[in-house]
Amino acid sequence: MKGNREFHQARWNEPLLFEKSLPGRRCVIPPRAEKNVESMVGDGLSALPEAMLRETPPALPEIAQPQLIRHYNHLSQENLGVDSNIDIGQGTCTMKYSPKINDMLAGSPKLKDMHPLQDESTAQGILEIFYRTGEMFKEISGLECCSLQPGGGSHGVLAMATMVRAWHRSHGEDSTRDEIITTFFSHPADAAVPKAKGYKVVVLPPDEEGLPDMEAYRAALSERTAAIFFTNPEDTGIFNSRIREFTRLARENGALCCYDQANANGLLGVTRAREADFDMSFFNLHKTFSSPHGCGGPATGLLMTTAELRDYLPAPIVEYDASSNRYFLDHDLPQSCGKIKDFYGVAPVVVRAYCWIMSLGTEGLMEVSRAAVLNNNYFMKKMLAVRGCSISFPKHPARVEQVRYSWEQLHADTGFGTADIQQRTADFGTHYWMSHEPWVVPEPVTIEPTESYSKEDLDEYLRIMEEISRECYEEPGIIRHAPHNSTIHHIDHDYLDDPGKWAITWRCYRKRYQGYFEPVAAE
Amino acid sequence: MKHLGLIVNPVAGMGGRVGLKGTDGAGILKAARELGAEPTAPARASQALDKICRCGLDIRILTCDGAMGEESAARAGLTFDIVYRPDASKTTGPEDTRRAAELFAHCGCDLLLFAGGDGTARDISAAVGTDIPVLGIPAGVKIHSAVFANTPARAGELACLFLAGRCGEPREMEVMDIDEKEFREGRVRSRLYGYLRTPFEKRLLQSGKSSGGKTDRVELDGMAEQVVRMMAPDTLYLVGPGSTTAVVMEKLGLKGTLLGVDAVKNHTLTGADLSESDILKLIAAEQVELVVTVIGGQGHIFGRGNQQISPSVIRALGSERTHVIASPSKMRELFGKPLLVDTGDPQLDVELCGYKRVITGLNQELMARIEC
Repeated sequence: MKGNREFHQARWNEPLLFEKSLPGRRCVIPPRAEKNVESMVGDGLSALPEAMLRETPPALPEIAQPQLIRHYNHLSQENLGVDSNIDIGQGTCTMKYSPKINDMLAGSPKLKDMHPLQDESTAQGILEIFYRTGEMFKEISGLECCSLQPGGGSHGVLAMATMVRAWHRSHGEDSTRDEIITTFFSHPADAAVPKAKGYKVVVLPPDEEGLPDMEAYRAALSERTAAIFFTNPEDTGIFNSRIREFTRLARENGALCCYDQANANGLLGVTRAREADFDMSFFNLHKTFSSPHGCGGPATGLLMTTAELRDYLPAPIVEYDASSNRYFLDHDLPQSCGKIKDFYGVAPVVVRAYCWIMSLGTEGLMEVSRAAVLNNNYFMKKMLAVRGCSISFPKHPARVEQVRYSWEQLHADTGFGTADIQQRTADFGTHYWMSHEPWVVPEPVTIEPTESYSKEDLDEYLRIMEEISRECYEEPGIIRHAPHNSTIHHIDHDYLDDPGKWAITWRCYRKRYQGYFEPVAAE
Repeated sequence: MKHLGLIVNPVAGMGGRVGLKGTDGAGILKAARELGAEPTAPARASQALDKICRCGLDIRILTCDGAMGEESAARAGLTFDIVYRPDASKTTGPEDTRRAAELFAHCGCDLLLFAGGDGTARDISAAVGTDIPVLGIPAGVKIHSAVFANTPARAGELACLFLAGRCGEPREMEVMDIDEKEFREGRVRSRLYGYLRTPFEKRLLQSGKSSGGKTDRVELDGMAEQVVRMMAPDTLYLVGPGSTTAVVMEKLGLKGTLLGVDAVKNHTLTGADLSESDILKLIAAEQVELVVTVIGGQGHIFGRGNQQISPSVIRALGSERTHVIASPSKMRELFGKPLLVDTGDPQLDVELCGYKRVITGLNQELMARIEC
């Protein structure tokens, strides 16, 4: 591999901003108010009630502007993302290009200077965008009612689980319906989140074709089933063609049908939640609808439901009154499952998705899915020709927008597996991810080439895979010592597997760790 | 014509039903007999031979006198030649297994089929090494070696496939055994004793059991918590053998028997290391539920290491009162394979087939298919 694949990752041993802090340094010093202004409006501080004043100032980092900019540029050089690589190696995540014009619109002062507590009458524009986004999703999903409150995909699952609880409570069945059924290859959040909500989760294994086992499903369904939470197509890229049979049986048992369409990228204009008889479905605006993932948020798991479930939605929802030509927040949802999140949605994410859908139109959205499916099948054909690579569930070769592959043969032949390939992929300045759990396909990798990537992009990524496979067979030393051009050679996964070692705030980090990845002696 | 060697270890498995964890050594065998144990291996060998009887191949059986093979072959209606006669004045022992195996290897038989457990496999391995293909009919108490088919019937099917030339080259498979003395004291240490060349078809062979593997403590803890929360007041819970069920006992703060069946009621240990008859008495007297686990890598829930939970016990409790528990990692290892039952009662095995919920964590269950 030559050309721009002669790459080396940047490394800055960059301290945290808190560690760079020096007393008295300032990034911006706002001008003092002039005397005559101050005499009219006061100094802005002494009017604050005594009880609200802090005794000690907040511990914020103190730094000047050039050092601050340098800090963030260093971090960005150590980064990898859609804008700097052929980001197809993170299957199920739908990594696609986000047009810059949409970023500019989302970042315009008209939007970013707004506050969610502003009076409705001063927020008609953004409310209109929220409302119209919901209207477009009525077409996309076939369902009738919309909430933009959930702040991410798993949050969308949480909204659904919370609505399921509210629905059965109002029907006097909350104490008896305490089980949620999901499938092995639905997104892991479909099992994890209902558990957090107090449900017992029953997982269906796949059959030999990789489809959820219908007989296991019949055995699992009972009067205790509150709902089914299904992803379709599943994380293998296999479309569950019997989905209407699953939803029919759930309905006959009095269970609600909940659809995880976090990744809907292969289905726009092709299938809809309505036709598959789902009661509700959520969509990740930060996946299929092009808003960036934002490194775990803020994002939007837009939720659609049938009209029957409208009153159970998280309050408030955005509505339009034609008589007064006004958009407004409707808090009057008597059965509401409550709030899922503050306010009514993450506005910049919604604006990007709205712009993206508007710029494409109906035909454009369908073309997105056609191109995504075509890209995936083109890539699959070539990937399966790479030595040592095979497809999971070969009895069901048809895939929609992603494929879970297996390096089982490569592993049997060479002793190198998917983790070795990942290490080496870093040398080419691109990204490769080993699929999320359950880790049952041997040596797995999931590739999702969305519509964003050109044929040349896909070919280039394939050449990287071909080269690494060749090295595994012919030059094992290269693989054994990879990565060569990256900066971290081994990641200790124990830190990820042990909740006792997690530090999700600076305060927690300081408490647990004295230095970088060095545990403090047990207290 | 194909030549099939047959060795039955008539005492294999006798320690299981009476809770002795194994039958190695004359002292234990005597104890098993005193507790009322009866030979089970000859009947299990017949189940395998039934399949061979019906496969339509021209097969000549070379076997041993009496309970070491003749009885099983005769019961299955197969013709046979006696190649080895043990000393009729003594109980058969490991030496007989070794001598018979050597003779069969010398006769150049195409496959040696044996009914026994890990101890029998060790004896055969010591005698013939990898000279001839060998396949085990599971008839011992614990089966850690990878040379056994999943059930007697499947051993018969696999033998037929092999003799018909429809399997690949036999693979060298591990012969494992555990120290029964340590086993009785609650420690599982399997040891590699050698290899046998075993016919192989992925779906039909019991995979080597792993012990002491790295388990995800967090997942196991959640699973144990779920079982403890499920326990109703005044109901007696029989907790089956295994390191998975041991985590439940640990969670309850009880010292259980790692490889035996214990009784727990109102979070108190009310019986330890129970035999089949102890268990049946409890079932007659109280509200009883059962907690068993899955053997890692193999998938058995009944018939491996828990023979105290006999067909009578399983029938008396019924599916509703039987809970199967396993860590998610154990179930991941078994991905694509069914759970297995081999209770010794083929009719019951068939009745147990179907789908079962396996408790894999806190508020988490996995639907699993049971086959036999």
